[in-house]
Amino acid sequence: MRGYITKRLLIAVVTLFGMSIVIFVLMRLAPGNITDIIFESAGYVDQEDKKRLEVELGIDRPLPVQYGAWMRELLSGDLGKSYHYELPAADIIKPRLPVTLELAFLALAFSILLGVPFGVISAIRQDKPLDYVLRVVSLAGLSMPSFWLGMIVILLLVRSFGWIPSVQYVSPFDDLRANLAQFFFPALAVGYRSSALIMRITRSAMLEVLREDYIRTAWAKGQREGPVVWRHALKNASLPVITLIGIEFAFLIGGLIVTETVFNLPGVARYLIDAIQWRDYPIVQNLVMLIAVIVVLANLTVDLLYAWLDPRIKYGRP
Amino acid sequence: MADRAVVDTGLEMVRPAPPVTGGAWTIVVRFARKKPLGAIGGVLLLVTLVAAIFAEPLATHDPIATDAFHTLARPGADHWLGSDHLGRDIYSRIVHGSRVSLIVGVVSTLLGSVLGGMIGLLSAYFGGKTDLITQRFLDILQGLPLLVLALVMSAALGPAVHNVIIAISIPIIPRAARVIRASVLSIREMQYIEAARALGVRHLRTAFRHILPNTMGPFIVLATAQLGSAILVEATLSFLGLGVPEPYPSWGRMLSVSASEYAQKAPWLVLFPGIAISLAVFASNLLGDALRDTLDPRLRGA
Repeated sequence: MRGYITKRLLIAVVTLFGMSIVIFVLMRLAPGNITDIIFESAGYVDQEDKKRLEVELGIDRPLPVQYGAWMRELLSGDLGKSYHYELPAADIIKPRLPVTLELAFLALAFSILLGVPFGVISAIRQDKPLDYVLRVVSLAGLSMPSFWLGMIVILLLVRSFGWIPSVQYVSPFDDLRANLAQFFFPALAVGYRSSALIMRITRSAMLEVLREDYIRTAWAKGQREGPVVWRHALKNASLPVITLIGIEFAFLIGGLIVTETVFNLPGVARYLIDAIQWRDYPIVQNLVMLIAVIVVLANLTVDLLYAWLDPRIKYGRP
Repeated sequence: MADRAVVDTGLEMVRPAPPVTGGAWTIVVRFARKKPLGAIGGVLLLVTLVAAIFAEPLATHDPIATDAFHTLARPGADHWLGSDHLGRDIYSRIVHGSRVSLIVGVVSTLLGSVLGGMIGLLSAYFGGKTDLITQRFLDILQGLPLLVLALVMSAALGPAVHNVIIAISIPIIPRAARVIRASVLSIREMQYIEAARALGVRHLRTAFRHILPNTMGPFIVLATAQLGSAILVEATLSFLGLGVPEPYPSWGRMLSVSASEYAQKAPWLVLFPGIAISLAVFASNLLGDALRDTLDPRLRGA
């Protein structure tokens, strides 16, 4: 078991390191840097001023040096300084982080609470009308852009209740009810899409398990449907479902970027777009690294859960 | 799977019965009867394709022309799906927008799947260190959320059709490589591959001539499944202003900031382009599911 965990951890570290290079290189490939953008909007370029600014920001140095400096800062917990806002990046990222995290976890909760039960129901009613309805609903969820779904939700809320989710962010510690009212619909818009994927995988995993001999034995013994389906079958069908939830978490974070924009929530995901357009390297690099860390942690958790749920993994090859 | 062996026994020609009789049309009809939902998807995609090819005759207005006298017109006889805040006809813009969606969707899916498929094929065929290194590299690419990667890439490359295509196709590569690799790993152990090698067929020829054709099933399934998500990512990038630049209409950009500003007064601005995106993606998903069930029963429901 220990060997397995060590190996997974090692792979996670290597992956993160690779991601940091990818993101660093991609940002440097982008034409222009922040000085170009600043001077372009001023309409007049004083090459000397521009040069001075580049030196000040350290973007005149060779790329490997810049990369090394970034890594050193990152490993010592320093996120650098935003070029555009001239504030420490941590001051910009930190207050926005809870918004994104709350939205991500609510959306994840929605997707599991909707996806797993519907997948199970769809599997035990295979090829019945209810199965078809649930499958079409889930396929529709995969087909609608989440930002459009958000716009439609807002439109309907205003039309039918004359109510619009608060534009001003409310902290859950100040007013939990207002906070949840604000997060309910965006989380649902993001979660619906993920729930569709979770439903599909739950359905197919359940269908496979329900054909197994031990399930037939349970039926033959006269076990009731409830325990057979929800205890015996679902537990054994949970491996692929958990894997998918881990992978899906990465997609879900991508979905937050647009949802935060549509619902006007002050999270970090939406801020990423601003930062990319300003070529605000410290913010973009550190934000994407943050996302990468979350994704890698989610995958690591899945790997560990896997070993715990399926004891064969501990002994065999991972 | 591709061509059945014709064995010359010296006495007579022994031909195995062909698996499918009749022409292409018969196959289509048979597929439609067995998979009605998949057929609906196919028809919807065909409609989109027709709209993209014949956009000029099908459109009622110039999609770019503004009309200061008929801004935010309700859907009616003149503007079938209404007009936007600049008086541009929504129906004509949706018809023209299908071009961007289809071209970007299809080309980036093909590009990503073919490149990824090649990497998967070579990685699985040669195995060992090549495979290990490739896999780690793909892990890195796949670890980043598709949209985040596409966002950074399209910002890095600048707004233009070919850049959007590149930005969307790169995240598809690791996904395609995985699928093809898995399928090659099982084919590699087949006896006819051993036979080919024993006959002295070179590595690259074995890989491309004898293994590649047999991965066609998973490849088609994968490509159709990716088409929907490629169309979605294109719409999202355009919505965020990082997609295909003005003035040519694209569905995602029709929904951007200005649409939500006028949403309360003119809901058709938000409604119809979104329906167009959803239907196109829904169609690819339906067709993809049906093809998967038909071509690759092992993946059913996955």
